[in-house]
Amino acid sequence: MSGAAPAGGNTVKERADLALNNDFLRKAVRFTTERLRTGKEKAAEDHGNWDEWRERGRQIRLHTIAHLDYYLNLFANNARANGVHVHFAETAAEAVRISLDIAKHVEARSVVKSKSMVTEELHLNTALESIGVEAIETDLGEYIIQLAGETPSHIIIPAIHKNRYQIAELLSVDAGETLAPDTQILAGFVRRKLREKFLEADIGMTGCNFAIAETGSMVLFENEGNARMVTTVPKTQITLMGMERIIPSFADLEVMATLLPRSATGQKLTVYMSGISGPRRSADADGPEEMHIIIVDNGRSLQLGDPEFQELLNCIRCGACLNACPVYRHIGGHAYGGTYSGPIGAVLTPALKKNVAEWDDIANASSLCGACYEACPVKIPLHEMLVYLRRRKLEAGRGDKLEALGMKGFAKVMRSSKRFKAVLKLGQLGQKLVVRDGGISLKVGPLKGWNTYRVAPSLAGQSFREKWPTMEQEIRNGLKEMDPALKSRMEAIVRDRENGGGGKGGHGHHG
Amino acid sequence: MKVSLFITCLSDALFPPVGEAMVRLLARYGVTLEFPAVQTCCGQPAFNSGYWNEARETASTILAAFEDCDFVISPSGSCTSMIHHYPKLFENDPVMLGKAIKLQQKSYEFTQFLVQVLGVTDVGAKFPHKVTYHPSCHGSRLLGVKEEPLLLMEQVKGMELVPLPFANDCCGFGGTFAVKMSDISGAMVTEKTDHVLETEAEVLVGLDMACLMNIAGNLRYRNKPVRVMHLAELLYEGVKGA
Repeated sequence: MSGAAPAGGNTVKERADLALNNDFLRKAVRFTTERLRTGKEKAAEDHGNWDEWRERGRQIRLHTIAHLDYYLNLFANNARANGVHVHFAETAAEAVRISLDIAKHVEARSVVKSKSMVTEELHLNTALESIGVEAIETDLGEYIIQLAGETPSHIIIPAIHKNRYQIAELLSVDAGETLAPDTQILAGFVRRKLREKFLEADIGMTGCNFAIAETGSMVLFENEGNARMVTTVPKTQITLMGMERIIPSFADLEVMATLLPRSATGQKLTVYMSGISGPRRSADADGPEEMHIIIVDNGRSLQLGDPEFQELLNCIRCGACLNACPVYRHIGGHAYGGTYSGPIGAVLTPALKKNVAEWDDIANASSLCGACYEACPVKIPLHEMLVYLRRRKLEAGRGDKLEALGMKGFAKVMRSSKRFKAVLKLGQLGQKLVVRDGGISLKVGPLKGWNTYRVAPSLAGQSFREKWPTMEQEIRNGLKEMDPALKSRMEAIVRDRENGGGGKGGHGHHG
Repeated sequence: MKVSLFITCLSDALFPPVGEAMVRLLARYGVTLEFPAVQTCCGQPAFNSGYWNEARETASTILAAFEDCDFVISPSGSCTSMIHHYPKLFENDPVMLGKAIKLQQKSYEFTQFLVQVLGVTDVGAKFPHKVTYHPSCHGSRLLGVKEEPLLLMEQVKGMELVPLPFANDCCGFGGTFAVKMSDISGAMVTEKTDHVLETEAEVLVGLDMACLMNIAGNLRYRNKPVRVMHLAELLYEGVKGA
């Protein structure tokens, strides 16, 4: 089920066009991302020192990833000392094999799962079913997606692309009776149904939001209580975690617990935050008898030591970049064609695969507006990484030949102002054939895409550089003396800059 | 004190009145702009598409044009933020890297220069119209130009500034994105102009001609008579009329 191919289309463009023609999807995605985005903005504002905490979060992640080998060892040793079986899986196939071996070993017939993107990445549900083990998603959104035979289209809201009428239809089939499209009724049905599943399950399977190196604990954030059930009822627990989920200490968790829920949904705190440090001890009322943690690499370590992409591992999977992204807003998650969608998915999918051939044009599906970077609680410069991806695709010799020619021509013209001026002149003359009322509506060549939604402007009759000599003369003739105070103000700025102050202006996030 | 104008290829070729408004507005403060004619394009179209060799060739004209001035000002936050990418672009060329860092430190977007350098917020303009403002992404997010245009607009006499819903959302331009992913870009710009029309403003003002060209093009396609202006044009027109 989770292995199902993304809905239609071989390229981002084709899949995006499907989404753009799906009004239900666009309305549903717009409605929820807007709610989440507004919630996040309000939560950040209420917090008061949001940017300082983002920077702190970033530093914690940078530090951990820079010393990932150390913290992973520390975590594994501590978890083992707590009685956890810790496994390392280099590839997706290996992670699947380890999971299936455990399932066979405990003779499992059914697995209840709490939400985990890493298991989506591994297509674990399909694998479990292939050996006759029923895998049931217990997060409401995941349950809906599983019923629909789809993949999640959002990191934290898997069924974001469906409205409640579509959900009521799906659940009505499951229930064998018509359920009203009322959230209470629908959630109530799923709750009753899942209760039985929790009780019969042999294995509880979870992802991991944060793994605490100093204690060997894994921490889960959730809102529905299903992860609590998954980790307390079945006899065996399997946790799958990306190798980068580590943070050093519980003190660091305080920062993450502040950043993650606020960024994800605008909540000040997640409803349930569970820290699990091992299997059930004799004095515990509940908990699994056997606990496994599978630490998955699957392309993550390829980012280590890559100055342009290492920061990708800082991601805490909050989904804020999806909610802020104006492209995601219009095309939803399935158009991205991978497990992870939105800006983070556009970068993560090709980066994890390190396979240029499969990079498709996913990195082109961005206007590079930087909303993702601004929303990111750990300040990952996704908008820059998208450009690096585009460049690497060309470096690997997989660029578009026609575009490459165009860019060569562009550079040839633009590296000389004389040539630029000549081309402008040519354009001014040539455009006379196509300009109507100062605009161009012709839908040919590169103008086709543009003019399907716009009227293109015409070149000015006289460019700025042609007008300049006259303009300059007029200004010099009528120039007024600069105010001495203003002059000394400007001189001070230049002096400050030369003394290493850098100057006040011109300093943004890149500065 | 040498202040040079980085006109940007787009305003040079398509929107010369924007440059003219800047030049004439600044002349009122005794600032004579220089226009080094060797400048062409900042190289952003090539850079963003991954063609960094071509971007370097083009960017070299900008580095050469502004090597010996004290301030560089531009009517585009996006092209100014491209200059902020130059140190990365030339990271393996020590000579060019040094020039790139110097250029970055002295480059200002138009409103940054007015407010931060000249300390001006009231240019003495009068503009009795209903106006809405689109903050362009690169200027506001990457350069951090957020307050400057608002400070300038607050002082314009007679102007009613109405907030643009979802103002911070990208207009869908994104350079080659608008051509390569034309349907996504089209959906984005259509949503943007929907919001512009909701405000019932007579004028849409902004700081980046690329975004404004995109929005204006869609407004015209939809036959909506909203006037689209760069803030420099609005301020200069307001000063002339005052």
